Amino acid sequence: MLLISCPYCGPRDEHEFSYGHEAHIARPTLEQQQTMSDAEWADYLFMRKNPKGVHFERWVHSRGCRQWFNVARHTVTHEIIKVYPMGEPAPNLEQK
Amino acid sequence: MSAQKNRLATGGRIDRSRPVRFTFDGKAYYGYQGDSLASALLANGVTLVGRSFKYHRPRGIVSAGAEEPNALIEVGTGNRREPNTRAPQIELYDGLTTASQNRWPSLDFDLGAVNSCLSRFFPSGFYYKTFKWPKDGWLFYEKFIRRMAGLGTGSTEADPDRYDKVYGHCDVMVVGGGPAGIAAALAAGRAGARVVLVDEQSELGGSLLSERDRSIDGKPAMDWVAAAEAELAAMPEVKVLTRTTAFAYLDANMLSCVERITDHIGPNASGPRQRLWRIRAREVILATGSIERPLVYSDNDRPGCMLASAGRTYVNRYGTAPGQRVVILTNNDTAYQTALDFAAAGVSVAAVVDLRANPQGALVQATRDKGIEVIANSAITHVKGAKQVKEVDVMSLSADGKSVTGGVRHIYCDTVLSSGGWQPTVHLHSQTRAKVVWNEELHAFVPGPVMPGQNNVSVGAAKGVFGLADCLAEGHEAGAEAARRFGFTNAAGSAAGAEAEPAAEPLRPMWIVPSDKPVGQGGKHFVDYQNDVTAADVMLAHREGYLSVEHLKRYTTMGMATDQGKTSNVNALAIMAGLRGMNIPEVGTTTFRPPYTPVTFGVFAGPDKGDFLDPIRKTPIHQWHADHGAAFECVGQWHRAWYYPKAGESMHDAVNREVKATRDSVGIVDASTLGKIDIQGPDAAWFLNMVYTNAWTKLEPGKCRYGFMCGEDGMVFDDGVTSRIAENHFHMTTTTGGAARVLSWLEEWHQCEWPDRKVYFTSVTEQWAVFALNGPNSRKVLEKVVSGIDLSEEAFPFMSWRDCEVAGVKARIFRISFTGALSFEVNVPPSYALHVWRALMSAGEEFNITPYGTEALHVLRAEKGFVIVGQETDGTMTPQDLGFEWIIGKAKPDFIGRRSHLRSDTARPDRKHLVGLLTENPQEVLPEGAQIVEHVKDKPPMTMIGHVTSSYWSPNANRSIAMAVIKNGRNRMGQTVYLPYDGKVVAARIAKTDFLQDGAAANA
Amino acid sequence: MKQNYSIFTLVRNALNYHQDWQEAWRSPAPKPEYDVIVIGGGGHGLATAYYLAKEHGITNVAVLEKGWLGGGNTGRNTTIVRSNYLWDESAHLYEHSLKLFEGLTQDLNYNVMFSQRGLMNLAHTQHDMQALRRRVYAIQLNGIDSEILTPEQIKEMVPILDCSATARYPIMGASLQRRGGVARHDAVAWGFARKADERGVDILQNTEVTGFRIENGVVKGVETTRGPIGAKKVGIVVAGHSGVLAGMAGFRLPVESHPLQALVSEPIKPILNTVVMSPQVHVYVSQSDKGELVLGAGIDAYTSYAQVGSPFIIENQLNALTDLFPCFGRLRMLRQWGGIVDTCPDASPIIGKTPVENLFINCGWGTGGFKATPGSGNVFAHTIARGEPHPLAVPFALDRFTSGYLIDEHGAAGVAH
Repeated sequence: MLLISCPYCGPRDEHEFSYGHEAHIARPTLEQQQTMSDAEWADYLFMRKNPKGVHFERWVHSRGCRQWFNVARHTVTHEIIKVYPMGEPAPNLEQK
Repeated sequence: MSAQKNRLATGGRIDRSRPVRFTFDGKAYYGYQGDSLASALLANGVTLVGRSFKYHRPRGIVSAGAEEPNALIEVGTGNRREPNTRAPQIELYDGLTTASQNRWPSLDFDLGAVNSCLSRFFPSGFYYKTFKWPKDGWLFYEKFIRRMAGLGTGSTEADPDRYDKVYGHCDVMVVGGGPAGIAAALAAGRAGARVVLVDEQSELGGSLLSERDRSIDGKPAMDWVAAAEAELAAMPEVKVLTRTTAFAYLDANMLSCVERITDHIGPNASGPRQRLWRIRAREVILATGSIERPLVYSDNDRPGCMLASAGRTYVNRYGTAPGQRVVILTNNDTAYQTALDFAAAGVSVAAVVDLRANPQGALVQATRDKGIEVIANSAITHVKGAKQVKEVDVMSLSADGKSVTGGVRHIYCDTVLSSGGWQPTVHLHSQTRAKVVWNEELHAFVPGPVMPGQNNVSVGAAKGVFGLADCLAEGHEAGAEAARRFGFTNAAGSAAGAEAEPAAEPLRPMWIVPSDKPVGQGGKHFVDYQNDVTAADVMLAHREGYLSVEHLKRYTTMGMATDQGKTSNVNALAIMAGLRGMNIPEVGTTTFRPPYTPVTFGVFAGPDKGDFLDPIRKTPIHQWHADHGAAFECVGQWHRAWYYPKAGESMHDAVNREVKATRDSVGIVDASTLGKIDIQGPDAAWFLNMVYTNAWTKLEPGKCRYGFMCGEDGMVFDDGVTSRIAENHFHMTTTTGGAARVLSWLEEWHQCEWPDRKVYFTSVTEQWAVFALNGPNSRKVLEKVVSGIDLSEEAFPFMSWRDCEVAGVKARIFRISFTGALSFEVNVPPSYALHVWRALMSAGEEFNITPYGTEALHVLRAEKGFVIVGQETDGTMTPQDLGFEWIIGKAKPDFIGRRSHLRSDTARPDRKHLVGLLTENPQEVLPEGAQIVEHVKDKPPMTMIGHVTSSYWSPNANRSIAMAVIKNGRNRMGQTVYLPYDGKVVAARIAKTDFLQDGAAANA
Repeated sequence: MKQNYSIFTLVRNALNYHQDWQEAWRSPAPKPEYDVIVIGGGGHGLATAYYLAKEHGITNVAVLEKGWLGGGNTGRNTTIVRSNYLWDESAHLYEHSLKLFEGLTQDLNYNVMFSQRGLMNLAHTQHDMQALRRRVYAIQLNGIDSEILTPEQIKEMVPILDCSATARYPIMGASLQRRGGVARHDAVAWGFARKADERGVDILQNTEVTGFRIENGVVKGVETTRGPIGAKKVGIVVAGHSGVLAGMAGFRLPVESHPLQALVSEPIKPILNTVVMSPQVHVYVSQSDKGELVLGAGIDAYTSYAQVGSPFIIENQLNALTDLFPCFGRLRMLRQWGGIVDTCPDASPIIGKTPVENLFINCGWGTGGFKATPGSGNVFAHTIARGEPHPLAVPFALDRFTSGYLIDEHGAAGVAH
């Protein structure tokens, strides 16, 4: 069971949280929506990175403070590398 | 008391003053407090205890612990019968009832043993090659195969016992209460760390429990254990859990453990039977010991064939000889300790047969000095005796150890003990997905590097370190180091000491002990006892190309039995490596999957069964409904009043009465389950604009509006009425089932996409009880109890809300309608709910006010064609599909799902549309879910164009009514379609969804 | 030709101590080039290779498997076979597979132990019942067997189920597909492998694809841990790693990989003769021929390639099991494991072309892949051989995510598998 450090509440068991899938998928602006193709819209809606390695993803402390935040987690080892607030860009882990 | 013929006169950790009566296969025996079932059976001379899985071979006890493959027992009777329990791990208690299994009619005479005679025809995988004729014959063969397979018999009655679950947290968790584990717990505990020590046995000591004369710090080893236990018990931050197995090592240093609380006391004990522990530790010290490997020699499964270490445990710990005359077969020095201990206990050791050419180690010498014959460079080639070992054949090994030569020596004995070396118990280490590595010196797998994030260290025998002094030192260091790392600075003391073991000579790896016949053609060399996998089966798998470890396991079923290959995996792997001409690590390792030993289903479920399976939600006046005879239905977690049958009424009668009364006069429904969300903030209106398809900015305070929410895929997600309470304040309602989902949805979009928007969401579902008065007389009823507002149409028009008092209680009334009739939805604080409900009921008495349930609610809304999200929709319907083109804010620049409505398939004009459906025979009520076709064929397949989403008898329309989604349905008005179901075909006409053209209008 | 497997050859070989059995498949060295390379030696990949050879005469085929054949989800599933799907497109595809299953033992000369013991889907609420009827009526009109059972009929078929009205979620009815059941998962992979090998297919185990050779948008071969191998056409069938392979080929998929956990009990004598599934309380269970209860439930929520999930998934599943079957409380979990499933947004698979010419993909089966094994291989072989999708595969093309023509089995399955 994952141990996730909620930025607001501290480390808690995974079952207090809900998964929010891939992070940093920007919703197309109205202008973009008006010019983009169906295929480009499908890319936003459905296409996912799904990496075997570090995944930047969203979680919400749904059985706690109900706050959303981002997590960098390794999808093979399940190691949680970084927890960072919603709105912050994905950390560049290569340089660490 | 019957004589325990193999019980030694003295010794052991049993309490001879407390005899314990138990039964096995209906026969009564006595053992002592402290016995295991296995030791008690052995003491009574019972060596035949079970039958193997496939060949039904007679089997005896092999081990003294969790690795037991053979002695699987049914414990208890009736609703407490528990199959497949390992005899060495069953603690004896007075009245214990046990039985052998997988035999018929009796253990001694088992008809299934015919398989053994035919075993030549049943090699591994034989079933893949046969039972293929006739084409559908498998179901027939399978019946017999299933009956022959299986082991024990499960109870068909409900398990009467209770189970418990608990979470634990600690700095240092120590798994294993042997010398290394105790040392670790002592060191960490003394330093001040919070420690949990778990051990699967009934008492601490681990391997020390089986020792005869070891000492630690100059005193008897078990005295040291007792002192340590007392010291640990006195530490407030240390918890010791015995009879507790750590069976799974999960992500982020969490271990699952099962504590057996009353299994050793029996069914009369109070309290939960077992407890599931989830323990999260900062550091885990694995002191899980090691398991002896048996040797793979001919006929090695005869009852009386046992692990050398197990024999030693029975003598030293339980004061029981496994038999009267023993032969030991070994490839290493440790079995000589068994010979010496047997000699010390006065049990006759006929010989030690050593596979090594010329063993000269200290223990070997000591054994010889005791006058025990050591037959070097030799093998056991046969074991005679079907249900009890009677004799062994011993021959000399050839120079390469691959065959035997010379004359045969027959040695009379009733027990054969074998030792093929020791395999560290690396299960938990491996469960973290860390690797194990092959150690060429030990000829065993030892733990490899640990996984990142899984902070653990293996110590002692679990790591391949077997000397007592080394184990004590390693355990101490690991415990002290972990505590130090976490900042605990009290003195950890120093490691306990023990005298060194005599130097041992290396073992001789010999993965198949040769016999005078080729393997597979004489006696059987068992590798996996329980699943009857022999060395010949491994060879067959190799011959047929099932080379990888996993293919080998799956093809032969090796290692797949209830012991999960604890005694067989390495032997099988090594045999395969030999066949492939590879080193053992090249062939691979098996994956150790949880659990370490089988764990009761009930303990995983814990108390979360029955009513606790899922929380039950009830409205504030649930009891009123129950008192008035309501039938309830489950809607999500809610229990909702379904209908209120009066004496003699069928459901149909009751629903008709409720629907009719509502349409004719006034009905009242408890709608408290509706989801309600309070939305506030300067950007509240902006936000609603984004989540609903229609426009919200211009809605005036005091007004209500209906809306659809879509997912970003454009499909309807939820619906409801939202009201503007003030400029920056809205009250949203959602479907009953969608309440939690919608709140999460709003929060997600707010926090993740538009965090700068100032808007706040609060669930108020439980803060408002909601009673909807419906029907032409609803205003008259309400007038009698309301104060503070004018209910007239002019003062309080449709789609608006007002604050007021109802029956003296502050209330908020919404003029919205889910029936199309005149309607007032009265919202009051839940603590006053019953008072207000009663007041409304008495005020309505003169109008025949009728409480109605969810079924009538469904009929009433369907009569006017109102949709229910989740019934008319299934995640594939857009608002446009539902005929709500008007609800899409054309002028609105953006909302969630908007762009998806423009996709080629979503924008098609001939998608499935929601329409009404009128059966040709007005009496015929269609089943919901009935499929619709344009053209009926004699038999399927037929092309379906839609299905019925809602269907009822409408007492007001006086006919059946239905709603359906049909391809291009809105352009097929008046067309007749067909519904083939349940062996008939019903014709129906596509119609509009308002079935009460003359009915009461919503704003009447 | 391979040695025939039958009772007669078994007896004959027994007399010779089974010394003369041939290997089930070869371990060949890779050729420099193949007509078709199938990446993935699971059931779907092996079936694809088999049908390429058998039905399309393409025998110069290699199956590339990074580990041991059948080692992915083929060897990790709960072995359920059924075709009771709601949407026409799914029903036809899975029924195609079920029909192939019905003749598979004879076709492969390998007993895959397809046991059509019946499969029951329980309904616990009014809403469940509506959905259940909708599904049963649709399945029936698609010409597939399905029927509705009353609680009394359910009790008769499975007496150990708690059918009492006081249950937290009382059983209100069930659908039954009598032709549904279970099969021996490993045998399906081995049977396909053996017969594909017989027809000349090279099964290359321990051969991992590390990249694609793509020239001008056309695939020319693959890079592997055993060197480059050329190919005229390449099919990707790598459940659990579809996104990784697609990434190597330079395109994206609407796929997420998730752990799916399953477990078995210790073996006991026969106690359950039907497959029982409950989408509402989230568990499905059958009893294997060996006597083990085989259990599954939903996926773990997070993306993962670890074949490990979280314990509360297992706990919830056993809550549900012991609630439905109160007598199972004293049985014990013997073994628990995880697989990696590739899930699509609409819980339906993707079969067809990719943006790279001559590169085809078959993925996204989610939790339901095993039952589709022969059907999936069959339509994928056709798709690769002809360069055009098999008629049954047309609706499952990748472009449905662009048009919005999804085949949404979420609502239909509740819990898919």
